[in-house]
Amino acid sequence: MMFDDLSDLYQQVILDHCKHPRNFHELPTATCSAQGRNPLCGDQLKLFLALDGEVIKDISFLGSGCCISKASASLLTDSVKGKTKAEVLSLFEQVHEMVTSGEVKGDVGKLAVFAGVHKFPARVKCAILAWHALKSALSGAGEPVSTETEEM
Amino acid sequence: MDWSHSRADFPILNERVHGQPLIYFDNAATTQKPRVVLDRLRSYYEHENANVHRGIHELSNRATAGFEAARARAAQFLNARSADEIIFTRGTTEGINLVAAAWGSKHLQPGDKILLTEMEHHSNIVPWQLLAARTGAELLFLPVTGDIGLLDLTRLDEWLTKGVKLFAMTHISNSLGTINPVIELCARARRMGIHTLVDAAQSAGHRPLDVQEIGCDFLAFSGHKMCGPTGIGVLYGRQEILETMPPYQGGGEMILSVSFQKSTWKNPPHRFEAGTPDISGAVGLHAAMDYLDAIGRQKIAEHDQELGAYANEKLAGMKGGIRLFGPHIGRAGVVSFLLEGVHAHDVVTVADQRGVALRGGHHCNQPLMHKLGVESTARASFYFYNTKQEIDRLVEVLGEIQKFFGV
Repeated sequence: MMFDDLSDLYQQVILDHCKHPRNFHELPTATCSAQGRNPLCGDQLKLFLALDGEVIKDISFLGSGCCISKASASLLTDSVKGKTKAEVLSLFEQVHEMVTSGEVKGDVGKLAVFAGVHKFPARVKCAILAWHALKSALSGAGEPVSTETEEM
Repeated sequence: MDWSHSRADFPILNERVHGQPLIYFDNAATTQKPRVVLDRLRSYYEHENANVHRGIHELSNRATAGFEAARARAAQFLNARSADEIIFTRGTTEGINLVAAAWGSKHLQPGDKILLTEMEHHSNIVPWQLLAARTGAELLFLPVTGDIGLLDLTRLDEWLTKGVKLFAMTHISNSLGTINPVIELCARARRMGIHTLVDAAQSAGHRPLDVQEIGCDFLAFSGHKMCGPTGIGVLYGRQEILETMPPYQGGGEMILSVSFQKSTWKNPPHRFEAGTPDISGAVGLHAAMDYLDAIGRQKIAEHDQELGAYANEKLAGMKGGIRLFGPHIGRAGVVSFLLEGVHAHDVVTVADQRGVALRGGHHCNQPLMHKLGVESTARASFYFYNTKQEIDRLVEVLGEIQKFFGV
């Protein structure tokens, strides 16, 4: 197969979510939202969350960006739906660790496809953008997050 | 002209990346350095290193001589009237900031206008925004005509009559490859009594530059984009204007006398060079200018344009959707493009795995990208050591990328 060396980064699941992003729409029932922006490449996305107490009842996103950032946002929406804030924050830490070091700690489900990103340091920000936006939405800050003000 | 001979002057071009031979197409960001420049840096530190303009000892004399010889060489490189018109800076960005700070704060009043173009690099926008905020001046932008990337000059005379004090323009666009008619633009501004600044970051070292022929008041370039080291650049300023300008920064080197309350300062260019300058950078840049002139800047310009035209033609002929930016004819060796359905960063990541170094992003041209309705593009930018075979390889790799992403 062509580009064997790249299949770690662009796994089939990622290519699929990039071309056919899930939950890619606005959310009329949203109770909060947050934006993420990568000023280096102009990528931007907006997450919409419908919270019921501590639980994420529904979640969606809109935006534009590279394959990695789009697939990451898409898989994020799939994997946090129904989870509590506390569960999501601990998942954030696992994902952060995984995309920066390549180590998968605990069960991250389908998100494990992003483990290969750590071999491409310039692309870590793409994979983590949606997660920073999610954290911001949950903290209630409502401030747009930028990859350039965060420690990556 | 046998360019493979020049290619052999650049040790880094033998590098392999990800197991592939390097194809370096990011020359608009920085160029590679020939061995003569690397050797000159080493010999400076091995035989001449000391501080300049202040030592009595032999090494200081050597360092001062080398530094001032570089200034004289830069004056010759630009056909300035005098070496006193050459200020060493960190690069184009600092040169423009120097003009904005020293010329701008002296000569601008609230309501005065600064005319820029929509294709400027952030370094020729943001310093003027900062100046405008300090002085109450306003910014105007000469429009760009869509994807083809030419300045719309049909109403230039109207733009030049609106209380404009300075017209600052790029010579060659770093994202579109457009070569602007700076001689005509400066002449038309001069007729209206408007000062001019040319951002020559993409043209210095790529074509002959003659500040008297261009007729500009200021011109800035960076050494590292023309075979020189990073950290050194040149600002040319017309002497009678430099003389009206207050210092840019204060410190050693730029003063005549200092008391606790007050100082007087030297004449240009030293007035604008506070502190220990980048001496090795200047002597390295001197070597780069010698190297480029030995090849011939006119020949380099022709080769640049040939590569630009060849790349444009090959990319336009690709199967599948591709959007090309910049003029179809008469462009510099810079091509920006988007593969339909593949984000520029994905293109750049995959190309890198094949050894091809591209740039992806907004190229410090966010307002222009916004105007063109894109967030980013992929860019290949060439220098004389690049070849048509390398461009063929790029086209092949882009075809593989289209297949990989199924577009």
